[in-house]
Amino acid sequence: MGDLQIKKQSKQYDAVIVGSGAGGGMAAYVLAHAGLKVCLLEAGPMFDPKTDSNQLKNPWESPRRGASTKFRPFGDFDGCYWGWEIDGEPYTHKNDTKWEWWRARMLGGRTNHWGRISLRFGPKDFKRKSIDGLGEDWPIGYEDIKPYYDRIDQLLGVFGTNEGLPNDPDGIFLPPPKPRLHELFIRKAATGAGVPVIPSRLSILTKQINKERGNCFFCAQCGRSCKVYGDFSASSCLVIPALKTGNLDLVTNAMAREVLTNKEGLATGISYVNKDDMQEYQVYGRTVVLGASACESARLLLNSKSPRHPNGLANSSNVVGKYLHDSTGADMGGVIPALLDRKRYNEDGVGGMHVYTPWWLDNKKLDFPRGYHIEYGGGFSQPSYGFSWGMEELSDYFNLKGRSMEAGGYGATLKKDYRALFGTRIAMAGRGEAIAREDSYCEIDPEVVDKYGIPVLRFNTSYTDHEIKQAKHMKETFAEILHNMGAIALWGHKDGPENNYGLHAPGNIIHEAGTVRMGNDPRHSPLNKFCQAHDCKNLFVVDGGPFVSQADKNITWTILALSMRTSEHIIDELKNNHI
Amino acid sequence: MDRRKSIKTLVVGSMAAGVLAEACKQADNKPAEAAETAKETAGTGINRMAEEKAYAKTLEGKVFFTPEEMATITILGDIIIPRDEVSGSASDAKVPEFIGFIVIDMPEHQTPMRGGLRWLDLQCLNRYSKPFKDCTHQQQMEIVDEIAWPAKAKPEMTQGVAFFNLLRNLVASGFYTSEIGVKDLGYMGNVPNQWNGVPDEVLKQYNLAYTEKELKECISFS
Repeated sequence: MGDLQIKKQSKQYDAVIVGSGAGGGMAAYVLAHAGLKVCLLEAGPMFDPKTDSNQLKNPWESPRRGASTKFRPFGDFDGCYWGWEIDGEPYTHKNDTKWEWWRARMLGGRTNHWGRISLRFGPKDFKRKSIDGLGEDWPIGYEDIKPYYDRIDQLLGVFGTNEGLPNDPDGIFLPPPKPRLHELFIRKAATGAGVPVIPSRLSILTKQINKERGNCFFCAQCGRSCKVYGDFSASSCLVIPALKTGNLDLVTNAMAREVLTNKEGLATGISYVNKDDMQEYQVYGRTVVLGASACESARLLLNSKSPRHPNGLANSSNVVGKYLHDSTGADMGGVIPALLDRKRYNEDGVGGMHVYTPWWLDNKKLDFPRGYHIEYGGGFSQPSYGFSWGMEELSDYFNLKGRSMEAGGYGATLKKDYRALFGTRIAMAGRGEAIAREDSYCEIDPEVVDKYGIPVLRFNTSYTDHEIKQAKHMKETFAEILHNMGAIALWGHKDGPENNYGLHAPGNIIHEAGTVRMGNDPRHSPLNKFCQAHDCKNLFVVDGGPFVSQADKNITWTILALSMRTSEHIIDELKNNHI
Repeated sequence: MDRRKSIKTLVVGSMAAGVLAEACKQADNKPAEAAETAKETAGTGINRMAEEKAYAKTLEGKVFFTPEEMATITILGDIIIPRDEVSGSASDAKVPEFIGFIVIDMPEHQTPMRGGLRWLDLQCLNRYSKPFKDCTHQQQMEIVDEIAWPAKAKPEMTQGVAFFNLLRNLVASGFYTSEIGVKDLGYMGNVPNQWNGVPDEVLKQYNLAYTEKELKECISFS
């Protein structure tokens, strides 16, 4: 490295965006298509699913047979660079916090591998405090965001069915795929337990919607990202199209250090490290848009101290980093003996479940607030590392065609057992709403910096009885469904009060949100209802940060809708010279 | 890796998939320290970011197992997955090579594997005055029968059972992810397809049917 110096870009942009995932990608798409000059900073390398996806690889093409590494925690073929740990970029914990923090470093971020579960928040989800007294109401309601959901459904594509459910709004859906065999078993058993099962709502194109994107060809590998752009990723569906406008400059391997401000306290741009040459750069814009992820955006704001913003940028409320919460999660799985030695056929389907369970109960009759949805898995999936792991404990449960399957074993009999069990397993995962609390937060660690010298986040989060009782309820539901279908539980069925009923560590579900929440009162919220900073009117946040609460719905579709809404607000504000 | 977690890996297709699949690999985050082996590395044609390429380079040429250990693994692998009327054996599917690589990539398997092989050899030396690989087939099967059935094994054999469990799991991972093994299972996916629902004869077999609503609303291909 030569002399260290700060390189200042002469070009003045209309907007500098940090992060190229759902939030930043949508902002780049909307602003660039509106003719604004946009600079998009991404901390990782370029990634185009068309050329870079590991779709349709066979397991033997990976030397570790698809097993995970620290580089790809969801497996060797997965479409996400990095995950829980990144070399040279630590994070720390306070007290006995267990927070796990997933970070993607690539164009499109986590959207390259996400589950494509695309659920709208319902009317109640914006007004939970009014219903149960916990947390805070949003400053907006469903009616404010519905037009954007409608447009995103059509722009990006989502399959599902209109069910007329009060808090799981109808959408503009492509036709869903028919349920797989195990999903029919689940539907029958769950329905018998009073648990509704309806077609899932995933942003996967069962029909073609435009010339730029192909339709799904049912390989079940959305997690690897799609070469024909048949599912939604911010890379393929937002940033790459935005680049074609000619209005977007993309800077990859650009690790944002802080938001720059002027004497008046307005944002002027971003300073960043170029990871390729390790030099320091500054880029300037009339507006700054943060879509770095809920926690990274909070980190950037807290690290952006100045005389006008001594507590960090947009943080006169002292709320930045607080109210951090993730979805709750608990799981259970087993085997359906009726499916032993089942007939073979290609049942890959789309990359994910074809059916799911939306929240169906009334909390007034329960001992916990808020709900959860259930995701289902199973069937003939592509074998990978870990295939049929655990025969030593598993096969003695079965009596197959007059032959008792004994635990463990070897030889020709064991081979028959492996064949018999293939495609018989199912899994259920509850994903619920945790309460956003002031005392669950991330903050800047006073001592630790990453390899770029940027102070890192320290997490201090916990769960309360609300979340634990929810996990207990999940487990009871799962056990009943398994019982109803004559399935044998193999894992997740022995959890109890000693381990919070298998409640996942927070962060583990990767739906973190709430760190830069919106609200009408600047004393209690960094952002206004357009995700615009109360303290700094040309600064916006478009990731999971602005969420006041996160419903029992995966948050991506709402990140996209809010980002579209905020981006159009930016266009108006610039046009009217308000910023 | 604990078994309860690892079972999750196979179950969960794609859904919340990753979260579960990942759970069994937390332990694998350690760098491949001073392991000494393995030829196979990068996996040609797989998309890799720069850091993965650099890591793959560190694995190149590393070998962990001795030739004697590899010979024992090969014999045991073919006992676990022998050739039968459907498919070939573990060694036909190059499972020993896979195990040789995976202990380099996942160093936490090294000590249980090396120690387990040594435990087995000591048992054989005491009984038959020969290490496992030099015993007769009958002698080999006698000892295998004492560690292959967890529910029946004698208390003094539990360490051997644990080793054989690990080996069985690694052999299955290697075999059923090979071309031979995938064919054996009859996995028919991983190709462009049009999902038209469960075949009629299968629906009938399980006395199931699609609802009228589904038939009307779901995508179908003729």
